[in-house]
Amino acid sequence: MSILVWTYIMVIFTFGLYIFIAWRSRVKETKGFYVAGSSVPPLANGMATAADWMSAASFISMAGLVSFMGYAGTVYLMGWTGGYVLLALLLAPYLRKFGKFTVPDFVGDRYYSSTARVVALICAIFISLTYVAGQMRGAGIVFSRFLEVEVSTGVVIGMTVIFFYAALGGMKGITWTQVAQYCVLIIAFVLAAGALSYKLTGIPIPQLGFGSTLVEGERAGQYVLRAIDGIHEDLGLHRYTEAFHPEGMGMLSVFSITLALMVGTAGLPHVIIRFFTVPSVKAARISAFWALLFIAILYTAAPTVAGFARYNMIDTINDTPYTEAPNWFKNWEQTGLVAWVDKSGDGIIRFRAGNPFVGAPRFTGELGEYGQRLISNELTETDNELYIDRDIIVLASPEMGNLPAWMVGLVAAGGLAAALSTASGLLIVIASSVSHDLYYRIINPQATERQRMLVARIMIAIAVIIAGYFGINPPGFVAEVVAFAFGLAAASFFPVIILGIFTTWVNREGAIAGMITGISFTMLYIIQTKFMGMDPWFFGIVPEGIGTVGMLLNVIVTLVVSAVTKSPPEHIRELVRNVRTPRGSGEASGH
Amino acid sequence: MSKSFEEYWKKNLTLIGVLLAVWAFVSYGLGILLVQPLNSIWIAGFPLGFWFAQQGSIYVFVVLILIYCVLMNRLDREYEVDEQ
Repeated sequence: MSILVWTYIMVIFTFGLYIFIAWRSRVKETKGFYVAGSSVPPLANGMATAADWMSAASFISMAGLVSFMGYAGTVYLMGWTGGYVLLALLLAPYLRKFGKFTVPDFVGDRYYSSTARVVALICAIFISLTYVAGQMRGAGIVFSRFLEVEVSTGVVIGMTVIFFYAALGGMKGITWTQVAQYCVLIIAFVLAAGALSYKLTGIPIPQLGFGSTLVEGERAGQYVLRAIDGIHEDLGLHRYTEAFHPEGMGMLSVFSITLALMVGTAGLPHVIIRFFTVPSVKAARISAFWALLFIAILYTAAPTVAGFARYNMIDTINDTPYTEAPNWFKNWEQTGLVAWVDKSGDGIIRFRAGNPFVGAPRFTGELGEYGQRLISNELTETDNELYIDRDIIVLASPEMGNLPAWMVGLVAAGGLAAALSTASGLLIVIASSVSHDLYYRIINPQATERQRMLVARIMIAIAVIIAGYFGINPPGFVAEVVAFAFGLAAASFFPVIILGIFTTWVNREGAIAGMITGISFTMLYIIQTKFMGMDPWFFGIVPEGIGTVGMLLNVIVTLVVSAVTKSPPEHIRELVRNVRTPRGSGEASGH
Repeated sequence: MSKSFEEYWKKNLTLIGVLLAVWAFVSYGLGILLVQPLNSIWIAGFPLGFWFAQQGSIYVFVVLILIYCVLMNRLDREYEVDEQ
């Protein structure tokens, strides 16, 4: 059977599974809708958190990014895992003990202020909306590449499925579908990584194969990383494992981006609220462990895929005549994600440093002498003849590893699972922020259970439509706004939550001033450097890493303002002392 | 608040401090600040700094959370603040 048929089988089967699970876990009351009745077992919550966390970017793009960045790719690998240590030690157990539904809930109650609640609410919605647009786009791209439908059709299918299980089952439905989605995505990723590892090193466990020797080719018997470094030197490129070389990131950038991503992770509302769904403080702690363990399986395999694919790609393509290039190369050329321009006119593919031409390939629709697709881009001065889109590293890995067609279909289903699970987690944050924090806690505190459920479901529908709109008509800066989401989470929630737990004297005035300072500074800096073309003026820190500075500013302002204004009332001090011990946690309550 | 609560909280803060020191040392120390000197040392097929940055630090993160869970649960029981 062909790859296309297998992909249809895998996607239809997994979607059917998600819908079946959603139907089984439909809910009627707000507690089930917002926090799955606080009855999710820790192991399941770990899987759901892992799926919630690992987005289309983690699954599809990250290994490709690392493959092209070499050592500097570390910022994503450490940045998107290290935050869980902060989350487990500093936030999760205490927020679970606090026992409410949302992050703005904590901010509003701890700082006894509707203003603080509204500021937190706006941050939560903004962060989640920027993030969700990217997910819908990711789902659309997987649909279009593997199922050969239009991107917009793909987005609509994805939206319909998400709406179905999010509106029906709320957090409960989302949690159990995320558990299934985690299984699909991790099996797909690990099998693909394992196959590549087995092909190159004879060892099927990628984390071990990465540190062992090649079994075939010119460099057989060499360590994988020595061989990768070696071919880079031969091509006049910097060694793959070399840190801080002049064409990559400097130490300050690597440091600040890693820190901003870690702290941002611990401040993202869709991750934090997962810890409201477990039955106890003890369960919250251990589910953070499960979550990071499940995430680490993918995050330690991704850099091996990056390295193996880098080696395999250069080894099989460079200095090879186009007519003898492997099949996957030509398959992906059809999708426009690979392009070759014969600068030297000898029919041989040359991969060297630099870009082959300016921008993404624009195909003329004609074929060249050797059957290659011709492009009309302006050529660069470099000797490089090869254009490779980073996203194909993971998507093409089953073909590079000579895996059977069904595996290719499974990887497509895995990419969709990653995109849908993250999107649904973000939608529930948007829906609960509006229906619980804004509608119930501020606008209409007398609302009945029925009214609140109705508002929550309507909000899911509105959020799905907005996210789908941005998925079909992506603003040119989708990739750029991810820096926004992490930077804002780092500069807004993280300091306010930590200080709210670990001090009793930080007060309303301090928290509001701190959040506003952190967000304004971070937003201004990103807008100036990303969109207005200004140089990074703050000690040369790149916009992706500026959340670190925003966070420090937030902390300083919060502490100073709290020190000079009236200290919090006694019942708040009592509340803080109460969240510090697990005893009497009980279930999350809305009152 | 009773003395035992203050003691419990102090022990908790010490534990968090120690674990976060390890967290920072492995990721920012070994994986970033010291990566260049460590990269000249190869163990098996890995330059050490690169291994800490792209593999080792992640394993350490997982272990740190597990240690925290075990020790905190024990501390809760010792001070009788665990959930019943």
